[in-house]
Amino acid sequence: MNWADLNLMPAAPELFLFSAVSVLLLLDLFVSDAKRGITYVLSLAILAVAAVLQLAVAEPYAIHTFSNTFVSDPLSTLVKLAMYATTFAVLVYSRQYCADRGIFKGEYFTLSLFALAGMNIMVSASHFLSLYMGLELLSLCLYALIALQRDSVPATESAMKYFVLGALASGLLLYGMSMVYGATGSLELAAVAKSIGAGSANQVLLVFGLVFIVAGLAFKLGAVPFHMWVPDVYQGSPTAVALMIGAAPKLAAFVFVLRFLVQGLGPLVADWQGMLAIVAVLSMAIGNITAIAQTNIKRMLAYSTISHMGFLLLGLIAGNADGYSAALFYTVVYVLMSLVGFGILLALSRAGFDCETLDDLKGLNQRNSWYALLMLLAMFSMAGIPPLLGFFAKFAVIMSVVNIGLVWLAVFAVVMSLIGAFYYLRVVKCIYFDDAVDTAPIVVRGDMKLLLSVNAVALLVLGAVPERLVALCVEAMKQSLTVL
Amino acid sequence: MDMKSLYLLIALSPLAGSLIAGLFGWAIGRRAAHVVTILGVAVSAALSLKVLHGFLTGEASVFNEAVYTWLTVGGMEFSVGFLVDTLTAMMMVVVSFVSLMVHIYTIGYMQEDPGYQRFFSYISLFTFSMLMLVMSNNFIQLFFGWEAVGLVSYLLIGFWFKRPTAIFANLKAFLVNRVGDFGFLLGIGLVLAHFGGSLNYSDVFAAAPGLANATIAIFPGVEWSLMTVTCILLFVGAMGKSAQFPLHVWLPDSMEGPTPISALIHAATMVTAGLFMVSRMSPLFELSDTALNFIMVVGSITALFMGFLGIIQNDIKRVVAYSTLSQLGYMTVALGASAYSIAMFHVMTHAFFKALLFLAAGSVIIGMHHDQDMRNMGGLRKYMPITWITSLLGSLALIGTPFFSGFYSKDSIIEAVHASNLAASGFAYFAVVAGVFVTAFYSFRMYFLVFHGKERWMENHGSHHEHHGDHDDEEPSGDHHHGLGPNDKPHESPWVVTLPLVVLAIPSVMIGYFAIEPLLYGDFFKGVIVVNSEAHPAMAELAHEFHGAAAMGVHALQTMVFWLAVAGVALAWFFYMKAPHIPAAIKQRFAVIDRVLENKYYMDDLYFNLFAKGSRALGTFFWKVGDMLLIDGLVVNGSAKLVGFFSGVVRKLQTGFIYSYATTMIVGVLALMTLWFAQLIF
Repeated sequence: MNWADLNLMPAAPELFLFSAVSVLLLLDLFVSDAKRGITYVLSLAILAVAAVLQLAVAEPYAIHTFSNTFVSDPLSTLVKLAMYATTFAVLVYSRQYCADRGIFKGEYFTLSLFALAGMNIMVSASHFLSLYMGLELLSLCLYALIALQRDSVPATESAMKYFVLGALASGLLLYGMSMVYGATGSLELAAVAKSIGAGSANQVLLVFGLVFIVAGLAFKLGAVPFHMWVPDVYQGSPTAVALMIGAAPKLAAFVFVLRFLVQGLGPLVADWQGMLAIVAVLSMAIGNITAIAQTNIKRMLAYSTISHMGFLLLGLIAGNADGYSAALFYTVVYVLMSLVGFGILLALSRAGFDCETLDDLKGLNQRNSWYALLMLLAMFSMAGIPPLLGFFAKFAVIMSVVNIGLVWLAVFAVVMSLIGAFYYLRVVKCIYFDDAVDTAPIVVRGDMKLLLSVNAVALLVLGAVPERLVALCVEAMKQSLTVL
Repeated sequence: MDMKSLYLLIALSPLAGSLIAGLFGWAIGRRAAHVVTILGVAVSAALSLKVLHGFLTGEASVFNEAVYTWLTVGGMEFSVGFLVDTLTAMMMVVVSFVSLMVHIYTIGYMQEDPGYQRFFSYISLFTFSMLMLVMSNNFIQLFFGWEAVGLVSYLLIGFWFKRPTAIFANLKAFLVNRVGDFGFLLGIGLVLAHFGGSLNYSDVFAAAPGLANATIAIFPGVEWSLMTVTCILLFVGAMGKSAQFPLHVWLPDSMEGPTPISALIHAATMVTAGLFMVSRMSPLFELSDTALNFIMVVGSITALFMGFLGIIQNDIKRVVAYSTLSQLGYMTVALGASAYSIAMFHVMTHAFFKALLFLAAGSVIIGMHHDQDMRNMGGLRKYMPITWITSLLGSLALIGTPFFSGFYSKDSIIEAVHASNLAASGFAYFAVVAGVFVTAFYSFRMYFLVFHGKERWMENHGSHHEHHGDHDDEEPSGDHHHGLGPNDKPHESPWVVTLPLVVLAIPSVMIGYFAIEPLLYGDFFKGVIVVNSEAHPAMAELAHEFHGAAAMGVHALQTMVFWLAVAGVALAWFFYMKAPHIPAAIKQRFAVIDRVLENKYYMDDLYFNLFAKGSRALGTFFWKVGDMLLIDGLVVNGSAKLVGFFSGVVRKLQTGFIYSYATTMIVGVLALMTLWFAQLIF
């Protein structure tokens, strides 16, 4: 490698992020618990600076660097910006929650930001190894985050489960990658695609590897039958961490899947299309049907996430640029919605009390009609009721499978979202039509209230003018996937 | 300011007022609520006048643009767009101006009502919806506006929602309008399917001439003219909204709402939406004589037979309501005669004088302490001079007294029907001419009963409250403060009530004289309303005979129509001033006819027994067999149970043990592997 030719500019945001978080880690040692607010503010500042840097180095085409292991393209730029914003919101939403539970510590911030750095690498990787490295960085941070409350039995249990199953999934993924390497002789996405496209690779070996890769990817997304960890982890971890797991990592996982399957294994589209279809159908069915039986909202949202991942896969199944943009749009919308849903749960929790069950939401409208309205927006949007943003997201992915002639899949998706509407509307019913069980006053910091309101109202406003967001996704996808 | 933002401002300022008054009414109080809504509507009215002025002076040009695209589905665009031409401009002025007057009037009328802010929010919302309806440049937005005004109308008829009659009335209005809307939607569907796949007016109108002879087979083997079916279906929508026979039954009951909205929605604006729509669609309707004949028959039945019902009403608002029905019939007849411009002319003049009559009736009701029964009134002219004079002017305009505005529009309709060569024009001509006499009779019956004669509230007070007054949602029985006691005196209403009366009286008297020439015979509607003058020469013939507004007025004195109106007034005077025992005697002698009229031709009973009860019986059947047994038992509960069952099973799979999770993953990999290798091998 010739160091003189190394172009560091495309990776400037990541480099900044790593160095800044390392400095933060050291600085935090000298901050007393009472002044932990400093770490909090610095973390937010790091996110803001990284976002500005990201915008500064953005180019409307793909740039490869680090010997073709790292790529900066409009897709990665868009998704990274979304992840900075998401992490920013997560930190703001969880401040009070963490402070009440004694996890408002330096570790919380550094682990979150290192996880973000891992996600950045996942999003920007163009090589099997860098992809894997990003994934492990993210996963290790998440395991530790879940177990941050060392004395909490459910939290340590779910961290353990996630760790063991995650190791298994990583094993599957690595094994699949080694098969593909054996068949193609390369680990670089473009070279792999080229080799498969030329038809010289061993087909049996490839498909064998592909099955393992799909299994590993499905685990990361939390799609059936590799979803078992999702409900347990969501329920077991502190709500703030559940939000951390449920939001930005889904964006990263989506691009991760896209890089693997579309950019690396694109010529095998006919094979992975079928596998994803099975996984998508199962996810939509199991996710929506099981969510109905849940009385714990975090668990219900976990199953709801599983079904959303099924919907997201519809866009990938389409196997064309329109479908990928629809899936990207869906992911962004999903993250916006889950931020509101979990944000409300965080707002309703207080020291010694976690808002977790449907009963805790009963009569929210009597207690505070504004938060009731925000939750209503989130639930309606998740159920896909127009004119909220969730409707357009569902509409886009469903149209993309209709366009390739898979009408049965579209009909199935619609029926499943109908079943799903039941449990979303049940939440709304609890909020508006039941009498309050819990009558404690709701105290929320002003900055969180503002951000949460903006976030929820965005679901309505962007629903009225969805074109800009759709156009952003379509453009990013078009400029990044020239390989296709 | 460019035109686009101007039009947006016109449409959106009432919406802003409505939202503020509706969402924050509890915080800002009554005064601020009416100030902000009146301000919003006043902005609309002033700018609409500016737009109309632009068209009159020739400075403005037709505006047809999409302002906002909501979504695009497979090449179909759903957008909000404005088409502003002379027809739109005229409607905009009428809507915003009458609405402004009604807003002001409401301050006085709703003074003591606890729902004050809600009411202002609703009427501003209505103004917004109606403006969106008339300004639309496509069918989707038209339909949205159409449903939005319907919704506000529903909300306002049931404004006093604790009163069972009001709830019944608004449900009735809602259901009857559903029937009309069903036809309307089918019509829009046909347009979408056959007119080139676009719902923009300009595209549809461009495609129409090529489809004049197209046919469709709705039932196999029977070919129907596409244009006729489309037009009749669209007109069915108009029949619901504009209360044409046989879908008129909701309008009289809508009088359960507060009087200001009877004036605004159920007389001046919303009910003319159907007529506006037909005029807007004139390029389509001109292509089907069958549809025009149908329209003419429906209109003439409404014009004459609803007028008869006005004669026997004792509730002051119901007289005006039936008179509205009858006048709507006149406008519909004009549409049938291809005299769209005359219909719109009558829409305009009628909006002014009918809003005036309604608001005057409201003023009388305030004066009578919310007693609406005319049998308890009489001699009010001494106590309520402004209401009296303005009512007289309104009534004179309504019956078509030469030189009043109603005369010009109504007489033109009669002439147009006379000149029409459609098959139905013979019957229609008889109906509209006979209608003149009937109109004059019931109008002046009301006038004499209310403002002249003995002061009857002093006698016989007590047991006549069939019709509840307007003001009792706070009280369970609500009767004791209704009407005047023997020693009370009615007094003139406050200035916020009388000012709109005076302001509306001016156009009611004068606008016909000034507007007839440009509107009907000038080129005001040129290029907007399309008339095939070879097939339908009525307008052309009228233009030939027209020699100025003054000459028309003078000429009218020698016509039968004028003397019929005079005879109507004279008979009303004789019956109700001179010999009040005669009507009672006639009523006894012709008890059968009276009963038919009292029961409104048994239309309500028919609908109630046949459709309402019938559909309820059908509903009960479906409920018992279809719903309870099949759907609830099998589909809903069955699938819910099935879902619940699966839910339970999957829940059990989720054991919480890590080895079972890992096993599931491995099984998943194996299953995928098996599936794909089976494919490779076979």
